[in-house]
Amino acid sequence: MSQPAASLRGRAAGLAQPLPPLLAEAEHLAGGVLLGEHGRRRPGLGDAFWQYRPAMQGDTARAIDWRRSARSDQHFVQEKEWQAAQSVVFWVDRAASMHFASQGHPEKADRAALLALSLSVLLVRGGERIGLTDMANPPASGTLQLERVARHLETQSSADYGAPDTTMLPAHSRAVFLSDFMGDLAPLETALTTAADRGVKGALVHILDPIEEAFPFDGRVVFESMGGTLQHETRRAGDLRARYLDRLARRKAALEALTRTTGWRYHCHHTGTPAASALLWLYHAMERQR
Amino acid sequence: MFGLGLIGFTTPLLLAALIALPVLWWLLRAVPPAPIRRRFPGVALLLGLEDEDQETDRTPWWLLLLRMAAIAALILGFAGPVLNPDPPRDGAGPLLVFIDDGWAAATDWSTRIDAADAALAAAEQSGRRAALVTASEAPEVPALQAAGTVRARLAGLVPVPWSPGFDAALGWAAGLEETETLWLSDGVARDGRGALYKAFNAAGVVTILEPPAPRLALRPAVFENGVIALTVLRNRGGPQDVVVSGFGPDPGGIERELARVEMEFPDDDTLSTAQLSLPPELRNRVTRFQIEGIQSAGAVSLTDDSLKRRRVALLGGAGAEVLELLSPLHYLRQALVPSAEVIEGPMGELIRASPDVMILADVATLAEPDQRALAEWVAQGGLLLRFAGPRLAGSDAGRGGDDILLPVRLRVGGRNVGGAMSWGEPRALAPFSEASPFFGLALPDDVTVSAQVLAEPGPDLAARTIASLADGTPLVTRKTLGDGQVVLFHVSANAEWSSLPLSGLFVEMLERLAVSTRPSRPEKADLAGTSWLAEHLLDGFGVLAPVPSAVALPGEVMVAAAGPDLRPGLYAEGDRRLAVNVVRGGDVLAPARWPAGITPGWGELRGERPLGHWLLTLALALLAVDILAALTLSGRLRSVALILAAMLVLTAPGDARAQSEALISAAGEVTLAHVLTGDGRVDDIAKAGLRGLSDHLFARTSVEPAPPVGVDLESDELSVFPLLYWPVTEMQAAPSPAAYARLNRYLNAGGMILFDTRDANVAGFGATTPTGRRLRALARPLDIPPLEPIPADHVLTRTFYLLSDFPGRHTGTGVWVEAAPADAEQAEGMPFRNLNDGVSPVVIGGNDWAGAWAVDAQGAPMLPVGRGLAGDRQREMAVRFGVNLVMHVLTGNYKSDQVHVPALLERLGQ
Repeated sequence: MSQPAASLRGRAAGLAQPLPPLLAEAEHLAGGVLLGEHGRRRPGLGDAFWQYRPAMQGDTARAIDWRRSARSDQHFVQEKEWQAAQSVVFWVDRAASMHFASQGHPEKADRAALLALSLSVLLVRGGERIGLTDMANPPASGTLQLERVARHLETQSSADYGAPDTTMLPAHSRAVFLSDFMGDLAPLETALTTAADRGVKGALVHILDPIEEAFPFDGRVVFESMGGTLQHETRRAGDLRARYLDRLARRKAALEALTRTTGWRYHCHHTGTPAASALLWLYHAMERQR
Repeated sequence: MFGLGLIGFTTPLLLAALIALPVLWWLLRAVPPAPIRRRFPGVALLLGLEDEDQETDRTPWWLLLLRMAAIAALILGFAGPVLNPDPPRDGAGPLLVFIDDGWAAATDWSTRIDAADAALAAAEQSGRRAALVTASEAPEVPALQAAGTVRARLAGLVPVPWSPGFDAALGWAAGLEETETLWLSDGVARDGRGALYKAFNAAGVVTILEPPAPRLALRPAVFENGVIALTVLRNRGGPQDVVVSGFGPDPGGIERELARVEMEFPDDDTLSTAQLSLPPELRNRVTRFQIEGIQSAGAVSLTDDSLKRRRVALLGGAGAEVLELLSPLHYLRQALVPSAEVIEGPMGELIRASPDVMILADVATLAEPDQRALAEWVAQGGLLLRFAGPRLAGSDAGRGGDDILLPVRLRVGGRNVGGAMSWGEPRALAPFSEASPFFGLALPDDVTVSAQVLAEPGPDLAARTIASLADGTPLVTRKTLGDGQVVLFHVSANAEWSSLPLSGLFVEMLERLAVSTRPSRPEKADLAGTSWLAEHLLDGFGVLAPVPSAVALPGEVMVAAAGPDLRPGLYAEGDRRLAVNVVRGGDVLAPARWPAGITPGWGELRGERPLGHWLLTLALALLAVDILAALTLSGRLRSVALILAAMLVLTAPGDARAQSEALISAAGEVTLAHVLTGDGRVDDIAKAGLRGLSDHLFARTSVEPAPPVGVDLESDELSVFPLLYWPVTEMQAAPSPAAYARLNRYLNAGGMILFDTRDANVAGFGATTPTGRRLRALARPLDIPPLEPIPADHVLTRTFYLLSDFPGRHTGTGVWVEAAPADAEQAEGMPFRNLNDGVSPVVIGGNDWAGAWAVDAQGAPMLPVGRGLAGDRQREMAVRFGVNLVMHVLTGNYKSDQVHVPALLERLGQ
């Protein structure tokens, strides 16, 4: 295992340590054939004992629980609880803009990867399947998949601002998009509507650096995007502050409106605050119980 | 030099650079401040935003003006502008600067040096050669050097503490060739001044500079008729007030002004006298008189023994009714009363009066307690002077064994020579040996001894003899006892046994023994044979400095005037002190007299004032402003402003307010406090520890403490805190005495200090750990009762939890508390004793409790304790100890009252 991936996994495991294993919300698991931890509160395929019922016509002899039956004159069949697994796919923005970090704070990309992986750790512990939208193989469970995800998170994108990729988004799965959403919103809108069409619900985590929220600049400044494709020069950066903040607020509002229409949830997280708070929000967002 | 009326320039060529200013203007205008390039992902949101205020690309005009002004100031500054430039001195030949550097010149020495410097600077500019000679130097011929070289010597010149004569100068001045002379005179009349002027005048133009202020001097203080007479001299007339102060050590040994007298000169008098009456104790302490505000050796007069009066206790033989002239004390009184304070009375009272000298005239034996007291007094530095007589000769004091209060053993009986019943002539005295304190005193022919007590020969007799008769028998013997000495005159103090008391030699001998002091200055003959060591010497400015090592000077030269061979100061011989002052008793001051037609002046020099440094400073200030302005314009000022703001906050006096608010809240609620050690890490841990303990108290008990505070022992009020946690660090500075006083008050008022050495080792008190040693040093001034290792039945073991040990981050070391009273007894039916009331004022241990209690902001433990479950258990026990401790502080011995439970139950049962 390469060094950064190992370190990321270690930190993710540490961050996830205080939380119990996470079972992602699953409404429509009928289509899922894979076994998992989601007890369906009805008999079916699974490991956990559900009930004894009298043997009926059609039950094979193998199905009879002889130990139970021996205590009475009837034959009983042991039924198991139907258990299934949910898939959770992540889109972790790894574009150039995510590599911005102000003094004393981690990079946004780092925080996004950390959150995604620590949530994955919790999900895997809960028996769920995880994956990345831009990974070739479908969501899977187990530590091997964690390893694959961690490695995949190392790959970089050369684009200045990222756009979500919906190729690997199984129907009725759950999705988490982590990005700074600084770029064009149209691809995101497409992705979310596509996801909503497929019955995928999830959460948007808007990761921002404290500097991006404060805009503490003044004087003559040439602003450049991280990739260097965009430039903006101003003589008095201080004058731009109010208008910049206004635009940022509008963008947040737009994201929130988008999530509302598609049934997703939206959270804004700053790298200046501990990752645990965002992880806790994600935990509750994913396990939402009605 | 290039002059423009009032202002001239030393290097006017540089002014040509001013032409470059317009070019600079154009350049600066063309270059706007450079932008900062920033990487910022949010730029996507900025696209399309226009600047509201279209500002010019060019540098703003006021910044330009600022920079131009700075550059102009630089150019002008380096061009060397001078205000009031002196007209260049004419004359091309060598320049001789002659400086009177006696004490009289010390008062305005720096202005003299400045004047000489100005003259030499002018000579340097015109490339003349120059020589610099002071009156105290005696060169063969003044060495001519480049004026600049000579000028460099000026800074090192200091006045000498005497009046140098002109003899040496007269020697070389006659041979001067074609020289212009600048004479910085001190204005005091002195022999040879006129002759020297003539010699200089023969060689060339002479300019005389003489400051107009009168010279002041102070004659040595004279003690007569019970008052001190002070005389101030001056060399010029005019009404003037002076203040003379007497300085000396106060009882604490610190030099202070002990006396002060104001004097005024009526119109043209050059001499003013004042009388000063001081109590003897104060008078004996005065070490010097000084004219206030005059920095000159002549304005200081040192005092010596002539002002001091020793306290002498006289004790004669008991109860004998004798004629006055036969009384053994009569001659002593006559010799001592003029020059010493004489007291008489019973032995016990005399010693309590702490005299300098005790004289026993023909006292043979003393009562045992008196004898011991006397011996102790001598050992502490007293001088015991004994005289023989019939009683001493008849007693057996000093016979057969050493008497502690006699310098030598005595033979039984005495001897008579030259009497009616004996052969031989009365004996004369032998000349005093060099080792004797009397060496040098002249022997009158008529002093003879007809009877004396004899010393038993012994190995140390010769060493102890300080005067003997012509036939070698000891007459005066001396031995040291502790810091003091015992002296025995082998003759009686009256004229019965010898004619010594009748002679002047007797008084002189007493004086040499420092029994009495001479009211006036000693004459040359009085000082014969003595040798004096300088203790303190005066410099030209009148500052008295101790002399680390000095050569002994023979007494004969001590009467000479101060000079290079006899520097003014305080000299000592044994116990005697002799002051050599610059001005002597008979001296007077007069203004210097110059040949007719010569009026020395001072004000001719208009005083060039170079302005260059002001302009350069201005340029620097402008450039600094420019830096700030440029930073503001380019948006880089934020960090600078932050730094400035931080400096302002640091220096702002907002601390007291915050402290008083913390105090008020602490007074309202139970607040734990820790002592700030100055070690940031330790203080943080202590604070975090008390925070953790406060949290636990909040959760477990009804004590709900406010957040803990750190206290500075020097400045903070302690009384509002029930418990002080004091982590001991090696480097901790000891609190001031005032802080200790408040700590003791705090302890007495029921406060408790928990000392924690944090090294797990000290509580054994075999302490060799550094923090243990520091703890001892810190706690020594504290009012702490006897301590003992905490007994198993101490109330601290059960104030809240039942505890048997008190771990912190370390375990197993003992904890010390106030010792139980010795009479504590086991209570009936109880596992503990009936102990004292009250709370142990200190608890001392080394288990690093704060480290075990410490929690971070999230409430998680900060430091590891132990390992695994055992570690958790240990941390829990540490917390329990903390809870018990706070409960102990707050409830005192409440849990000890359980000792009465059986009695209460019994009463309830009835």
